[in-house]
Amino acid sequence: MFVDSHTHMISRTTDDYERMAAAGVVACIEPAFWLGQPRTHVGSYIDYLSMICGFERFRAGQFGLRHYCTVGLNPKEANNEELAEAVMEILPRYALKEGVVAIGELGYDEQSALEDKYYRLQLELAKELSLPVMVHTPHRDKRQGTLRSMAVALEHKLDPTYVVIDHNNEETVRDVLDRGFWAAFSIYPFTKMGNERMVEIVRTYGAERIFCDSACDWGVSDPLAVPKTAELMRRAQISEEHIRKVTYENPLAAYGKSGQINEQDWLNPPAIDQRTLYMGNSVLRGGQAPRIDDRKPGIDDNLKIA
Amino acid sequence: MPNAAPIDLLSAWAVRSVPTDAARWFQQQVTILRSTASEKDLYLALGYAIRRLGKADLGLASEDLLAARAARPGWNPSDWSIDQAARLAFILATDNGDAAKFKVRLEQLFRTADVGELITFYRGLPLYPYAELHVARAREGTRSAMQPIFEAVAHRNPYPLEQFDENAWNHMVLKALFVGSKLDPIQGLDRRANPGLMRMLCDYAHERWAASRPVSPELWRCVGPHADMRALDDLAHVLSAGSLIERQAAALALSASPSPAARELLARVPEVAGAAAAGCPGWAAIAAS
Repeated sequence: MFVDSHTHMISRTTDDYERMAAAGVVACIEPAFWLGQPRTHVGSYIDYLSMICGFERFRAGQFGLRHYCTVGLNPKEANNEELAEAVMEILPRYALKEGVVAIGELGYDEQSALEDKYYRLQLELAKELSLPVMVHTPHRDKRQGTLRSMAVALEHKLDPTYVVIDHNNEETVRDVLDRGFWAAFSIYPFTKMGNERMVEIVRTYGAERIFCDSACDWGVSDPLAVPKTAELMRRAQISEEHIRKVTYENPLAAYGKSGQINEQDWLNPPAIDQRTLYMGNSVLRGGQAPRIDDRKPGIDDNLKIA
Repeated sequence: MPNAAPIDLLSAWAVRSVPTDAARWFQQQVTILRSTASEKDLYLALGYAIRRLGKADLGLASEDLLAARAARPGWNPSDWSIDQAARLAFILATDNGDAAKFKVRLEQLFRTADVGELITFYRGLPLYPYAELHVARAREGTRSAMQPIFEAVAHRNPYPLEQFDENAWNHMVLKALFVGSKLDPIQGLDRRANPGLMRMLCDYAHERWAASRPVSPELWRCVGPHADMRALDDLAHVLSAGSLIERQAAALALSASPSPAARELLARVPEVAGAAAAGCPGWAAIAAS
């Protein structure tokens, strides 16, 4: 079983859901982020947040995945002050929704004054509601941005075990672990972290407070990155215990602090969920070992052109 | 509790299903929301409902369901959960007689709802005051691409029967078939059968046949009472070419038709016609097959 703690499933197809379920992914977390181009009205934000805790949660359940999300104002759009103010006003309405496991993605993009302002305001919101925080570390000036994200979180008296620093690489991991934060790694096919680099990270640093995610979105990315990395670690003789921590237990422990994600959600879901939201995972149902390339046949009732 | 108000029943069911401290929290929220609550009080109560009370099934007994029907004719909370009962009690508690305000509040809740809340809020339709103000919202629910939300409006719910015009009703029934929902849990199905729906359903059956896809035997239930000549031909086709359950459904549909031609068709298939006359299997059994 795998938990993929960073997935933008609204950009993915049903094929991806089928392949993820077949490969043993039981739960995915959809962080609120930008859409590849900026939103210009708060109404777009309202519908987006409703979508990731509404339709997408339902859609994932139809393919046997439990779906969770984070809500927050991302750093890029924090630079539109009018939008940012309006989003801050509606965020509290979403922060307590079912399956909201953190405030995020927060942090810095260009490390502007407005990004700093809304990062801090949202840290305070997370603290008030006892919710974890998902920090998006910047693509540019990464190390400095990462250090600053952590310093500001500590300045606001956040417990580092409630803060996940995401998109780490070899240059940032030591600082993150030393300060007591969770260190997440997004496995991208060509940039940031590749699967092999992730194996080396685990070999070097062990599995304490480290986990990996696919960060799959509308760009080139691989929704099977977590199961594939687990397989690579296995071939590289990394212990089963460490593999399980990095691909399942640690993200569950970090985001589980919200009280909104629990193993029982997929192992023993409440009756009301089974009737309405969750069709169960074929891997769990069949009890067979996860297979990465296994494809479930489509719904036989669909029109097929063969 | 004979003829209790719905909010009292919801409260009693929620309170008896949770530990004492959770029950106390629930009752405090209802008290706050009944007096001079802010919108924020309502969002927080709704937001904390699952965290404080859980979402186990209410598991209502038959006397509870009787009390529900006495409180509100047609109300059927047989598969409701604790959080659903509590959240609807919270919403009902906020009504202070201002219809416009209640409608705006409810609309806000729907707009920012998560999927579990959507199911809950749509299930609550028969309980809200100012019933006629919520028709557009209920129709929005029947347009949903999420089947459990569609069913929250369509199934075990007296609201569509009472409030939907013919167009809304007919499209709800057709959509139920289209998305693979059962028809039998729709309240008022036989009472609201009409010639327009009969025509839409026969067209739909032809579409399915053209694509070599199966046609739900439940479809014929809303065709029988108003069957015209073309519909009778369709039913004759099912009687000759259908599976046993399809032939039983066609016979049951024909037995609801006043037309002499329907009786002639039935006379040709005495074995299923006899069963249909005895109501065996009935529509509920056909739906469950």
